[in-house]
Amino acid sequence: MKQLLVFIRKEFYHVFRDRRTLLIMFGLPVAQILLFGYALTSEVKNADIVISDQAQDANTARIISKIKSSSYFIVHEQQLAGPEIDAAFKRGRIKCVLNFPPQFGSDLRHDGKASVQIIADGSDPNTAKTLVNYLTAIMAGYQQELGGGGGAPVGIVPELRMLYNPEGNGSLNFIPGVIALIFMIVCATLTSVSVVREKELGTMEILLVSPFHPIMVLIAKAIPYLVLSLVNFTFILVLSVGFLDIAVKGSLLLLFAESTLFIITCLSVGLLISNIAASQQAAMLISMMGMMLPTLLLTGFMYPLENMPLFLQLISNLVPARWYYLIVKAVMLKGLGFGAVWKETLVLAGMTGALLSLALLKFKTRLE
Amino acid sequence: MGEQVIVCKELTKRFGDFYAVNNISFEVNKGEIFGFLGANGAGKTTAMRILCGLSYPSSGSATVAGFDVYRQQDEIKKNIGYMSQKFSLYENLTVSENIEFYGGVYGLSRAVIRERSAALIQTLGLEKEAKKLVGELPLGWKQKLAFSVAIFHRPQIVFLDEPTGGVDPVTRRQFWDMIYEAAAGGITVFVTTHYMDEAEYCNRVTIMVDGKIEALDAPQALKQRFGAGNMEEVFYQLARSAKRSSD
Repeated sequence: MKQLLVFIRKEFYHVFRDRRTLLIMFGLPVAQILLFGYALTSEVKNADIVISDQAQDANTARIISKIKSSSYFIVHEQQLAGPEIDAAFKRGRIKCVLNFPPQFGSDLRHDGKASVQIIADGSDPNTAKTLVNYLTAIMAGYQQELGGGGGAPVGIVPELRMLYNPEGNGSLNFIPGVIALIFMIVCATLTSVSVVREKELGTMEILLVSPFHPIMVLIAKAIPYLVLSLVNFTFILVLSVGFLDIAVKGSLLLLFAESTLFIITCLSVGLLISNIAASQQAAMLISMMGMMLPTLLLTGFMYPLENMPLFLQLISNLVPARWYYLIVKAVMLKGLGFGAVWKETLVLAGMTGALLSLALLKFKTRLE
Repeated sequence: MGEQVIVCKELTKRFGDFYAVNNISFEVNKGEIFGFLGANGAGKTTAMRILCGLSYPSSGSATVAGFDVYRQQDEIKKNIGYMSQKFSLYENLTVSENIEFYGGVYGLSRAVIRERSAALIQTLGLEKEAKKLVGELPLGWKQKLAFSVAIFHRPQIVFLDEPTGGVDPVTRRQFWDMIYEAAAGGITVFVTTHYMDEAEYCNRVTIMVDGKIEALDAPQALKQRFGAGNMEEVFYQLARSAKRSSD
């Protein structure tokens, strides 16, 4: 036991004295959170919209005030003729034009339906689509307030994301994915590199010749990264709550317990890689290509899995991060309890058990 | 000579049809400097791994420090020290931290570590460098430190696997002074080397060829028997017959 403590202290020295390790460990989460939280979000905020209101009645006034009160648009009210609209779009000054025809109010009153023109900048299709969705949703909302005036002139576009994300906070979905990604990098990459480094230095030989049990070497390697990852996890949560206005809805204890399980999964992956890799570079490459890419692509946080070919969907089941992502989403964002995630937890625990046994087995055979 | 600390009888290690170590027998006496020579692939490392408790022999028997290589690997490990060509110190730990770490791994108490560490640093003349990272030390010093660390827990036997690879002749000479000192203190030294001048420093040497021991005697006696002027010639005469290519 005392030997283990001596060993763990040594591992901490390594981590704190290696600037690269520290940078990966604590710089990465900040960079990722900022990147995914602010830069890579799919939501659109403060888009310049020109509303050309030729009807000037109570209906349009109320719709316009609704648009103004949303945070998506900066409204410019002015009458624009065709060529002017074109010029404004070309200069990139505006993203969207909403045009109420003069007969808008009377059509709505008499026929129960009225048309409205939305022009969006199609050169940026994602933004355009999002803005059109926002506008139609706002008008659909108004339609409902009126108490159903016959056939809806605008379709209600239901967006699943809105269900748990009423403010349209786009970074919400990324956070669980980013957490999974960071654990993969910190645990798998750093652990495998640190074991392989000892092999390269020749210190592993010395440790194996010492009375210190080989399995203990692995445990001693894993514990510091487990501790640091939990610290890291806390750090990410604080960043998310503090900077991205994300509330942790479920039990923190459950969240930490599930994260500990996933960290152990990642550590096992790291140890497994360290058995295969002969050099630090190889370990780095295998963890990056072998683990990071699937985590990034097949977890579902960047690209929806439902849209993928069946083949990839099946493969995604083998990616541990996918299950962890589901768990964190359920617990952190939806506030669900263990009852809702026990299946995912079981899958993850099974994977961890398999990976860990494989890593230990490999380690043992390598010794012989 | 008195007590025998390593006794090998018909020790064999086989991988499939390949006899890495083929029926070797020898004894090493307490306090002796025992040279283990052989070309690459002759089976030195395999034999040494068995004696260090890292792998099991296929047949034959061996005891190290009185413990059986089949059943008492843990006991063997407690009683031996080991140093390889790579000096096996942590570069981003200080001199003191390295000493404390290895002392701790061998289960020495804090008080013992502190006391021996202070004495060791003084003997090596590293007082000023004790708080420096090992990575900043010159190669020769690292090597001396690595050897001192390998015998820090006062093992009965220390195994040195080509300990002087890549070191200048002066440092090598100083390193051998340390080996003599350790042997005089009662530690048995089991050393493999490529340098034939170093073989001359040993009390006795074995020369392994293709998994077998072809010669075992004091360097002086070997030179006489093979009518050679130095150990290099002895080694060539024996190694020339090797059939295995080096790895």
